[in-house]
Amino acid sequence: MKFGVVVFPGSNCDDDILHVLGEVLQQETVALWHKESALSGFDAGDCIVLPGGFSYGDYLRAGAIARFSPIMRAVIEFANAGGQVWGICNGFQILCEAGLLPGVLLRNANQQFICKNTWLKVATNNSPITAALHPDKALKIPIAHADGRYFADTETLMALQQNDQILFQYCDAQGHVTEAANPNGALLNIAGICNRSRNVFGMMPHPERAAEPALGNTDGRNLFESLLQTARTMAV
Amino acid sequence: MQTIDKQATVKIAIDLGLTEDEFERIVEILGRTPNFTELSIFSVMWSEHCSYKNSIHWLKTLPRNGSRLLVEAGEENAGLVDIGDGLACAFKIESHNHPSAIEPYQGAATGVGGIHRDIFTMGARPIAALNSLRFGNLDLPHTRRLVRGVVHGIGDYGNCFGVPTVGGEVYFHPCYNQNILVNAMSVGIVKAGETVSAIAEGIGNPVFIVGSATGKDGIHGATFASADLTEDSADDLPAVQVGDPFQEKLLLEATLEAIQTGAIVGMQDMGAAGITCSTSEMSAKGKCGMRVYLDKVPTRQANMKDWEILLSESQERMLIVAKKGEEQLLLNVFDKWDLECAEIGEVTGTGQLEYYYHGELVAKVPAEALVLGGGAPVYKREYKKPDYIEQAARFKPNAINAPADYIETARKVFSAPNIVSKRWIYQQYDSMVRTNTMTTNSPSDAAVVRVKGTRKALAMTTDCNPMYVQADPYIGAMIAVAEAARNIVCSGGEPVAITNCLNFGNPYNPEVYWQFVQAIKGMGDACRKFDTPVTGGNVSFYNQSVLKDRTEPVYPTPTIGMLGILDDASRHMTLDFKAPRHQIYMIGTPQNDIACSEYLRIIHGVELSPAPYFDIDEEFHIQHNLKALIREGMIASAHDVSEGGLFTALVESAMVRGLGFEVETDTNFRKDAYWFGESQSRVVVSVALDIEDDLVNYLNAHNVPFTKLGEVKGTHIVIDGLDHGPLSDWKNLYDHTLGEKMEA
Repeated sequence: MKFGVVVFPGSNCDDDILHVLGEVLQQETVALWHKESALSGFDAGDCIVLPGGFSYGDYLRAGAIARFSPIMRAVIEFANAGGQVWGICNGFQILCEAGLLPGVLLRNANQQFICKNTWLKVATNNSPITAALHPDKALKIPIAHADGRYFADTETLMALQQNDQILFQYCDAQGHVTEAANPNGALLNIAGICNRSRNVFGMMPHPERAAEPALGNTDGRNLFESLLQTARTMAV
Repeated sequence: MQTIDKQATVKIAIDLGLTEDEFERIVEILGRTPNFTELSIFSVMWSEHCSYKNSIHWLKTLPRNGSRLLVEAGEENAGLVDIGDGLACAFKIESHNHPSAIEPYQGAATGVGGIHRDIFTMGARPIAALNSLRFGNLDLPHTRRLVRGVVHGIGDYGNCFGVPTVGGEVYFHPCYNQNILVNAMSVGIVKAGETVSAIAEGIGNPVFIVGSATGKDGIHGATFASADLTEDSADDLPAVQVGDPFQEKLLLEATLEAIQTGAIVGMQDMGAAGITCSTSEMSAKGKCGMRVYLDKVPTRQANMKDWEILLSESQERMLIVAKKGEEQLLLNVFDKWDLECAEIGEVTGTGQLEYYYHGELVAKVPAEALVLGGGAPVYKREYKKPDYIEQAARFKPNAINAPADYIETARKVFSAPNIVSKRWIYQQYDSMVRTNTMTTNSPSDAAVVRVKGTRKALAMTTDCNPMYVQADPYIGAMIAVAEAARNIVCSGGEPVAITNCLNFGNPYNPEVYWQFVQAIKGMGDACRKFDTPVTGGNVSFYNQSVLKDRTEPVYPTPTIGMLGILDDASRHMTLDFKAPRHQIYMIGTPQNDIACSEYLRIIHGVELSPAPYFDIDEEFHIQHNLKALIREGMIASAHDVSEGGLFTALVESAMVRGLGFEVETDTNFRKDAYWFGESQSRVVVSVALDIEDDLVNYLNAHNVPFTKLGEVKGTHIVIDGLDHGPLSDWKNLYDHTLGEKMEA
């Protein structure tokens, strides 16, 4: 499988994702400039990553302008055709703005940017990035955002639960989903979700920041491994 | 009458912050009376901020040579250090005090933006940011407003720009009630040989302005930074610039890409004094001139005056001299990033800066006459030892009674704003972007950032205890350097070089100037001892509070930003106790010294006392041997003893993993001095039982003083058999006190 990492003006985690996928995991990885209008050379078995950062400065609303970048039309087509799209942090916000994922990311409850390690409960194994994760072991993965409070209307939330679309929830080190463990006020402690077809994933925490022993934390690497493992299984 | 002939007066010169003598000197240089625009140009270029006129004489006494230095202090926008593997590190610290005191959010934000530009204008990619902040009494609502604004400003700018804020320091003291200090540091990496110089060369080469359009913000900002901060300073609000981190991010990427085209001759960012400063400094460096058409500068508003365009400190702009004939290569890159790139003039061989506006010559001045090292004035100010120094020397420690309740005393010291965790602040900064920060999950005394593609890591820290410097500027400045080096060494690094940010009061006050001179002498001596030359930095005078009947300078605050190298990143040493039964030692000598400590100030209300005990040879000896201990793998943790004394250091090492400890007092010393004294050159280390003997043998063999304190044990703090309660309670106090005060 091949990875494409979209670079929007203001993306700042693009290099980090390229490093983890290309250098650490030795995958074929290409940077894609946002002005490109087609995803040439990618097929449904590949994965497009929308990285973290502040696309267009997040001056209007996080992700609100990036969704109009030329490449987004191609990304939406790619997703509708079954290709895998993974949005992390600002990428998650863009996916919500683009309508590929339900809900919105609001300003954190404490009105501040928060950068720290959080614990994540794996809420389902039914997605490529969670399939190989241990359901009972909390993952330590950092967040770094000002607008990460997941919000959706009750109907949408119920649909997310009924369809098993919640991928990650903020929890404590023991895996308990508690209010105290919720860093930003997200509804249902939601840290990450997928779409109904389970090929588009969005999450606020940064697994790419927890993928190397040199940084003292490899919990995030498991998500990438899970994705690769799922792809290998599918290929067989 | 032509604009060039409209003569300005001495009165205007004085209004612009120049002196009568300086006005006469300008007349002499030009051979005629300057017009208003020319006078404005001289006023900003000869301001303290740009010319260093009251400090350069002493700055030149600092050590500026070293085998690793690729660029000496003052030569370029920042110092450049060889870190091996074909890489160099550019780093610098700079103040943005006055803007931040008036408008904390924008002041701090543009301080961050400005220092990053200094780094990437050299072709280096910023990989880490640090800061050093000083605020007044935290109990004042005004202080909390400033803290919120500054932290928000630093966070918003740095987070969006995408460079991690990996370290810093914060002190609170009433001397900063009106005049806070905001010092920002940037560290960047560049391939050796791929740096860009701030130089204009090649007659006929085109000059471009790139980035944001020019507006009316920050006009006379450099002059503003060089005047006393008064009640009326809020009226100077237009002198504060407005930052746009998104624009800066684009500028960074576009600039680094543009350098790769090979079409750039020279480049300088626009900071203080805007187009004036960049055109004059680049021309003077290249010993050439420039013809600039101000009407070609993209502006944010119509009808800007020529001098407004020249002096504007609008952020996120660069001046580029390109190779004639290769302009299109540059234009393509800036077009890709949707950035404005306008040709505004050309390099000439006249040595003159000729500014035209709508076809008319509006100013003509020789570049060399404007700049530091050229025609800018240099003053040697008089200085006088202040009376309070003698008063401090009369401090009698024996008159201070030991506290009755040590647990309560420890709690008070440990929960002081200067001691507690600054988590409420640093959690608002992205400290991990670029995935190099090793200290997120493995904390150490200095921030440690790996260098991708090599086995190396860089250690970096900012340090200065202003209370020590106030007590004795010579010793205090030496301690600032020594502590920075100690933090680097405790993290497994080798100290390499420093950048400094010299925050002082009014240089025309002889007592303030004495503090400045003494601090420079102390800093120089310490830098020579540790072989850490000064690569550059910045001087900020005129930091003071205006009271009803007098002005009160801030405590002298010569902030040290130090860079260190770990040749092998896996040798990173951390500060946390690792396992139960590890034995705890203190390396260094205990002293019967409570001088200048937080303990003395908080518990006994004593403000004036001498600097804490410090012996630079002893410090050097300790650090030298500590490096060996780390290299040989003989210790499991290292944490230096600083503010709050030995007690605080132990608890900080214990909290990370929630491992308690049991320790004993050495009864040869005053108990309060033993636990809370801040005498220097001491480090808490821990060692696994099976190699304890090796450690002791090494220390004895190398004449390194040490004390066995106790062992890592349980989950409580136990001193002399007395249970001080669960560590979790202390951690709670440490983690949440600042946040509770801020949210109160």
